[in-house]
Amino acid sequence: MELFTNQVLAGIATGAIYACMALAVVMIYQAIDHLNFAQGEMAMFSTFISWQLMQWGVPYWAAFVITLALSFVGGIAIERILFKPLAKAPVLTNVAGFIALFAIINSSAGLIWDFTIKQYPTPFGSAPFLGSQLISTHQAGMIGVTLLLLVGLYFFFQYTRIGLAMRAAASLPESARLVGINTSWMIALGWGMAAAIGSIAGMLIAPVVFLEPNMMGGVLIYGFAAAVLGGLSSPFGAVVGGFLVGIFENLAGTYIPGVGNELKLPIALALIISVLVVKPAGLFGRHIVKRV
Amino acid sequence: MTTLLNVKDLRAYYGQVQALHGLSFSLNEGSLTTLLGANGAGKTTTLRAICNMVRSTGAIEFDGKPLNNRSTESIVRFGIAHVPQGRGTFTNMTVEENLQLGAITRKDNTGIVSDIERMYAHFPVLKQRHTQQAGTLSGGEQQMLAVARALMLRPRLMLLDEPSFGLAPLVVRDLFRILGKINREDKVSILVVEQNAQLALELADQAYVIETGRIVMSGNAKDIANNEEIRKSYLGY
Repeated sequence: MELFTNQVLAGIATGAIYACMALAVVMIYQAIDHLNFAQGEMAMFSTFISWQLMQWGVPYWAAFVITLALSFVGGIAIERILFKPLAKAPVLTNVAGFIALFAIINSSAGLIWDFTIKQYPTPFGSAPFLGSQLISTHQAGMIGVTLLLLVGLYFFFQYTRIGLAMRAAASLPESARLVGINTSWMIALGWGMAAAIGSIAGMLIAPVVFLEPNMMGGVLIYGFAAAVLGGLSSPFGAVVGGFLVGIFENLAGTYIPGVGNELKLPIALALIISVLVVKPAGLFGRHIVKRV
Repeated sequence: MTTLLNVKDLRAYYGQVQALHGLSFSLNEGSLTTLLGANGAGKTTTLRAICNMVRSTGAIEFDGKPLNNRSTESIVRFGIAHVPQGRGTFTNMTVEENLQLGAITRKDNTGIVSDIERMYAHFPVLKQRHTQQAGTLSGGEQQMLAVARALMLRPRLMLLDEPSFGLAPLVVRDLFRILGKINREDKVSILVVEQNAQLALELADQAYVIETGRIVMSGNAKDIANNEEIRKSYLGY
């Protein structure tokens, strides 16, 4: 039983990271109807920036906040430079754009910081949390920071005017323009926020997976699985999906014979395919009916 | 009386297809003007061209300032509220959020709060349903909400695209009564596009008739309503 509880709690901790990645993916999907394949690389690059800042002697939380701000600005810049011109382009052009972005960020990180694996610090330490052997302080920290972020985002979207405007722009762009909302900037803002959320995920998971340019590859696939499971049209679903995928991943690795650590990733992919076959809109998504 | 909206030689295009062929008309400050015409005559296109939602040439002046080449969202800031065909309701948001969105360009928070109360006085049914998702309202209620959302801008000019569409006759009567009241009491100029010519002419003081992208008739709404020949040949009643 202790093994089970332990695995569930560890699953919730990594699930928090998947939830962040899924949320970032869903935010951009809501704004421009495309999946951002480079979301993980953007998060990885942000994490490297925070690492570099700490190498220069900046304390952890200061580096955390600076990285958050830089990622926000960087996300907006990527949208303005690369994806705004592609707004009316066909799907495949956009996909090519995302793959290009993926390759550019990945190899730039390799060029600047090389491909060797680096230790990444945790501000929470890795002692047992509150004396319990079930969960470490870093895992508890991952869950705590994610919950704070989610509560903050909820209040932002539910109770601020700019949050309301962003929701309106995502759900009905033409009506949003007719009440005077600059929908183009709302999309850019969505990119900035997605990049910042991704950077949090990267900085929290880096002590676990170690820092290197390919660190987010697996994490993003779990993020996609979470987003698909929860429903790409539902930010709430993405978060729930993230936690579910995290728990499912750990339990499958522990209890299904032969899965172990090596086969965990195919399980995420199998989950994506099963959801798309059985319930394409996801657990909380709306069915989208389009007139053709 | 001063001219609020002046449209000269307006031509609009959907791709290669020309939908408006040099349309000119004007609207006086404080008036309630109606654009009439059959399906496909270009009524909706005219409203869309004013808000730069369709490619067009020609001059559109609002209060003496040219509107051409401005983005839709910046035209709204001149005080032009457009209730589009299909109402443009944010169906997955609450009634109150829809009203707040109508005022999203305004900065005066206390004014916004009191205007929401004013809308609830105009449309009591919206107050009853203010926490409900807008998509769950009936067609008539959604049209009330669309008008209320437009009024939240405190517009100088309201553009209405077929407000009677799909509504029961009694509901249409009620809506038009409220529109008349808004026009008189709140001094909002209104340009309303309608297929229901009879009702629109009762309400309006000025009328234009469009056929295939051109103005074919204009004048005092009462005169047009009383002219049997025009009624029979253009308005079909």
